[in-house]
Amino acid sequence: MASESEATATIEDGVRRRDFINIAAVSFAGVGAGAVVLPLVAQMNPSADVLALSSTEIDISAIASGQAIKTSWRKQPVFVRNLTPAEIEEANRVPMGDLRDAETLADRTKPGKENWLITLGVCTHLGCVPLGAAEGENRGDFGGYFCPCHGSHYDTAARIRKGPAPTNLVVPPYDFTSDTVVTIG
Amino acid sequence: MSFPWAKNYEPQQPLMKWLDEKLPLPRLVYNAIGAGYPVPRNLNYFWNFGVLAGAALVIQIITGVILAMHYAANAGVAFNSVEHIMRDVNSGWFIRYAHMNGASMFFIVVYLHIFRGLYYGSYKAPREMVWLLGVVIFLLMMATAFMGYVLPWGQMSFWGAQVITGFFSAIPVVGEPIRVWLLGGFAPDNAALNRFFSLHYLLPFVIAGVIILHIWALHIPGSNNPTGIEVKDEQDTVPFHPYYTAKDGFGLGIFLIVFAALTFFTPNLLGHADNYIPANPLSTPAHIVPEWYFWPFYAILRAFTFNFLWIDAKLWGVIAMFAAIALLFFLPWLDSSPVKSSTYRPLYKKFFWVLVADVLLLGLCGMKPAEQPWVILSQIGSIYYFAHFLIILPIVSRIERPLPMPNSITEAVLAKHADDKSAATA
Repeated sequence: MASESEATATIEDGVRRRDFINIAAVSFAGVGAGAVVLPLVAQMNPSADVLALSSTEIDISAIASGQAIKTSWRKQPVFVRNLTPAEIEEANRVPMGDLRDAETLADRTKPGKENWLITLGVCTHLGCVPLGAAEGENRGDFGGYFCPCHGSHYDTAARIRKGPAPTNLVVPPYDFTSDTVVTIG
Repeated sequence: MSFPWAKNYEPQQPLMKWLDEKLPLPRLVYNAIGAGYPVPRNLNYFWNFGVLAGAALVIQIITGVILAMHYAANAGVAFNSVEHIMRDVNSGWFIRYAHMNGASMFFIVVYLHIFRGLYYGSYKAPREMVWLLGVVIFLLMMATAFMGYVLPWGQMSFWGAQVITGFFSAIPVVGEPIRVWLLGGFAPDNAALNRFFSLHYLLPFVIAGVIILHIWALHIPGSNNPTGIEVKDEQDTVPFHPYYTAKDGFGLGIFLIVFAALTFFTPNLLGHADNYIPANPLSTPAHIVPEWYFWPFYAILRAFTFNFLWIDAKLWGVIAMFAAIALLFFLPWLDSSPVKSSTYRPLYKKFFWVLVADVLLLGLCGMKPAEQPWVILSQIGSIYYFAHFLIILPIVSRIERPLPMPNSITEAVLAKHADDKSAATA
């Protein structure tokens, strides 16, 4: 009898005790389930040891003018190219309007070191390694790099000129620690 | 299950009676693929491919579980562990070649199964859900096959993983973080290989689950048939067992002969020599190409070589490729003709075969390097593919005048029988 009168009493103010408990319990379980999902999703991100590989030192003293080397940073290929004066001039001659992703050579190099073009060797289309870093490889219609996978052509400043890639080859963060040593990352 | 005249399961032995009371599993099987499932009497051999796809999945799971006993999912040793399977493990070469070619066989029968559905209108009401679940299975198969191809960690494995995960970087703003999240690094490496192995092992069981739903949804209206006319009474059907278990058994024999010929005589015919070179993150193979079953979609991906409407070429390619499959989800509502079978649809039948030719052309373009004339051909092929579903099909289904149809499956069968007889006597 007591419970019956209690029930009628609570119905009068429109909220049943049981509704409150139901909403509170399900909400709390929902928050808990959501909180558990976070680590399950976060574990997919790069782990600490992968992130620890994030800086690489390169000795560039052996790279002659017109040559390029291929090295690796965060498991991705990096091209270090010593541009010839002709290549620098060619890159500076291109009108900005012709570029899909407008950047000057100066934007893509360090002041006073315009001949050192350092980019990731990862095509911005779908991630193949473009050709052109090694001697005798196809350098494409614009004399820079050429991606054989889907036919993207990059110019002497490694800017996209033709083909499906949307942006220029990425310039990674780097600094000259001395005249002959570059630290990437 | 679906028709009132379906045979009822009546266990005879005491043990089976006891089991039927506690766990009616034999009853479920009897009603699903036994004498308790009435099936149209006129199914042709194109109706074998569903069972063959199921057989292919079983073969893949058995060989795959065995391979996992010998394979090591670590970027340092994965390639060598596959070579160890090929050279050292007893019969390892056979199990791996069976798994490799089993994937191709699975896709061959599934593509035939899909085109059977397109030709005979099996995607139409009342079987829309069967079709939708089938497209889900197809998507899961593609994901599973891609991740499996990465596991040997050869050059094609590595660069396939790089290119496919690169699709996600086409999404504006969040694309690159998503790609890094999927890979667990900035390029495919150990983290990616491990998670692909884990998912490659999981997804086939998910596929098996969706197949159960696919068959469940099929058994509500019952199977379609070459006339596309729904079953009207008992004389239109025969019990699945023994009639179609026998017919499927014959088809399975042919399937296994082809499968064995591939596995034993030309095990690497459908593979790529580059995948016997260990993965090298600093050098891309000259010609990256996916496995044959992805060629048509790869051609659509590469068909966009120009920016269009403020969206860059890369994103267009990825959108078009996913849309080419997503489109199939809308097919039951794009084709409004009430007639199912192409036998009675003279106009649709012609366009069906043009679509088949178009998909084969796209496949050829996907295999070839990204040069002319393949680029322009893949552009034409892609436009036609979308036009078929979005323009041609809705128009054809409105203007077409179907041929006169028989009143029932039995009438169609008897008419055909009479024709054959008069042709024989003439």
